[in-house]
Amino acid sequence: MHLAYPAVLSALLFCTGLYGVLARRNAILVLMSVELMLNAVNLNLVAFDVWLSRAAKETLHSGQALTLFTIAIAAAEIGIGLAIVLAVHRNRGTADIDKLRDTAEGPGTGGSGIEDPGSSAAEKAEATA
Amino acid sequence: MTTTTLAVLVPLLPFLGAAAGLLLGRTAPGFVRPLAVLPPLASLALAALVAVRQGGGAAIDAHTELTPTGSVPIELSLHIDGFAALVAILVAFVAACVQIYSTGYLRDDPRYPSYAALVSLFTSAMLLVVYSGDLIVLLVGWEVMGICSYFLVGHYWETPEARAASLKAFLVTKLGDVPFLIGLFALATDAGSFRITRVLGAVASGNLHHPTVVALLLLAGVAGKSAQFPLHTWLPDAMAGPTPVSALIHAATMVAAGVYFVARLLPVFEASQAAMIVLGVMAAVTMTGSGLAALAQDDIKRVLAYSTIGQLGYMTGALAVGDRGAAVFHLLSHGAFKALLFLAAGVIIHAAGTNSLAAMSRMHGLRDRVPDAYWTMTVALLALAAIPPFSGFFSKESVLGAAEHATDGDTAHVPGSAGWIVLVAGLVTALLTAAYATRLWLLAFRGRGAEAPDHGRQPLTMTVVLWVLAVPSLAFGGLAYRSLPGWFDGRDLTPTLLTSILGTGFALVGGLLTYGAWQRTAQLAARVPLGAVAAHPEGDAALVEAEAIATHEPAYGDIAYAPDPADPGRLLLGPLHRSAAAGFHLDAVYDVLFVRPVQAGASLVRFLDREVVETYVQGAAGLPRLLGAAVRRAQTGNVQTYVSALLAGTVVLAVAVVLVATGA
Repeated sequence: MHLAYPAVLSALLFCTGLYGVLARRNAILVLMSVELMLNAVNLNLVAFDVWLSRAAKETLHSGQALTLFTIAIAAAEIGIGLAIVLAVHRNRGTADIDKLRDTAEGPGTGGSGIEDPGSSAAEKAEATA
Repeated sequence: MTTTTLAVLVPLLPFLGAAAGLLLGRTAPGFVRPLAVLPPLASLALAALVAVRQGGGAAIDAHTELTPTGSVPIELSLHIDGFAALVAILVAFVAACVQIYSTGYLRDDPRYPSYAALVSLFTSAMLLVVYSGDLIVLLVGWEVMGICSYFLVGHYWETPEARAASLKAFLVTKLGDVPFLIGLFALATDAGSFRITRVLGAVASGNLHHPTVVALLLLAGVAGKSAQFPLHTWLPDAMAGPTPVSALIHAATMVAAGVYFVARLLPVFEASQAAMIVLGVMAAVTMTGSGLAALAQDDIKRVLAYSTIGQLGYMTGALAVGDRGAAVFHLLSHGAFKALLFLAAGVIIHAAGTNSLAAMSRMHGLRDRVPDAYWTMTVALLALAAIPPFSGFFSKESVLGAAEHATDGDTAHVPGSAGWIVLVAGLVTALLTAAYATRLWLLAFRGRGAEAPDHGRQPLTMTVVLWVLAVPSLAFGGLAYRSLPGWFDGRDLTPTLLTSILGTGFALVGGLLTYGAWQRTAQLAARVPLGAVAAHPEGDAALVEAEAIATHEPAYGDIAYAPDPADPGRLLLGPLHRSAAAGFHLDAVYDVLFVRPVQAGASLVRFLDREVVETYVQGAAGLPRLLGAAVRRAQTGNVQTYVSALLAGTVVLAVAVVLVATGA
């Protein structure tokens, strides 16, 4: 099989994932798109690993090993991601990314960039005390 | 044990005592008193043993180099000659007395453990100065004494007087120590070694290239440490410390260090005629000025402080006429009677509840309340006034005799003019000394008026020490003047007839004048009531003294002065009285010359910092703040926007890389 097929397929998968990340509103779908992107990378890794080992330049199959790593980490990541989404949904009643804008700079907070961490640190100290 | 080992232990024991006292002070209060008293006693025994083994013969020298330190080597070395052996005994003796006295004096003081440890450290530093044969090791002891005096003078740090006095003592002595350090370096560069024996060898072979500069630089440090004009102003203010500390500073440590240092390196000073003249003039101004000032002080301890300055003037005078035997002789006898004077003054302040002589002169029967202090202080004052056969007479006459000898100009290295300056000033000071000693005695013990308050018996630890110190004050001079030359340079210390008659005559005139003036003014005392007495007479002596110091200024308007028309000093000094009470306004002069310019400079720097530099900083911060406000608008909170921006940036970079790689 020519290298171009898996390469094109992974590029298509990556672009689909990227589109999903940028355009989807539901946080779960965004996470699924991230998975798509990761799997595109995995596909690339395996394909190039086979191509390189066929050319006998690389015999350790480090591409395949790295893929296993990526799969494991992706599993952990999606677990945490879904847990966060669930918690947000439980608190806010929505998982719509467009409505989760708490980190935005408000219009009246000009110049207060220094105070914010201080006050939040104070709140933290109060909470732990 | 070898003599060297014993000699090393002498400064080491108080040091270990101090370290242990500081560590155990809180956890094991029961050990504090033994740890304070036993090391100086052991040091005294060892120092006596060292002196017996040294026996005034050839100097004991031992040295070891711990590590190479560059061009001029620094070594741990001992140089014990007769001077060192005897001065070490004095230091350990006075320190032991002071430690024993302090156990009674600061009985209830909460800070006693740290106080006792610092006194031990102070003693150890002085012993290091005395025994050290290396100038840099000597300097270590010298500076440790400086910091110890800072802590101890500021012991009552609740009072503003003590805080100011401790800072002043530290700053003024440091002011002298900077030239002192430079002088030591210059001396060592010329001699090629910091070892005292090598330095003296270099002087003897004429290898010292700049004797005048070196001697004058060293003199600055000596003037600061030994409270000589013009750096003496810290000593009267240091009276804000506890009385035992004053006794230690004035009798054995600190002020003695300067005189002892000059005595040790006298050939260096003798190499320069100018330095000897400066030393003589310094001694003369110090002696007479302090005598006049002592006559006008109201605080009993300040009288004694000025008298210390004057007696140190005698010692530097003896050095100026090239007789270090006489100087160290006076140092030894003065150490005994001045320690006694201070410790007795501490008892009197406790009993009277005030440190003001004006208030004491309105008390009847103070001497019956404190008979031990009365009798021992009488002995010490007679010794101070140099009345035969007390010990001060012999040592002071040896100084005057050396000065008289130098006036002929046939003392080697000593200009005849220095002899005249010291002799005349010494005789005038003998008169003044007797006058203020008489005034102190009359005002403190011959007061008329209300009955003195009864605060019960003084602690035994305090009174026994007085009698122990009274023995050398009485007999040391008379017993020692024949045998001491064997320990020193071999110069005769026997009083000569002419100066003895002159000195004693002046002293008697001074005493009688004061007595006559007192008889005329004493009646006035009843008409002008004065007096403020401690609020807590049942407290320990340290508490009473701290309160007395703190209330003197509110009660009389000045720390050194009381508006008392019954003071014989006022009649004797006439129009000079007011300025003499203020130490001839030297502090005011320093205030104008140094303090105000520094403060003006500080406010200028403050203006430059606050108004000029800060404006630039704020201006520099303004632009980033504006930019930041603009960039902040991009932060919408929508994660997808950010990722889009990231993607756009990546694409731009990738395209750029491709373009560069293809060379387009």
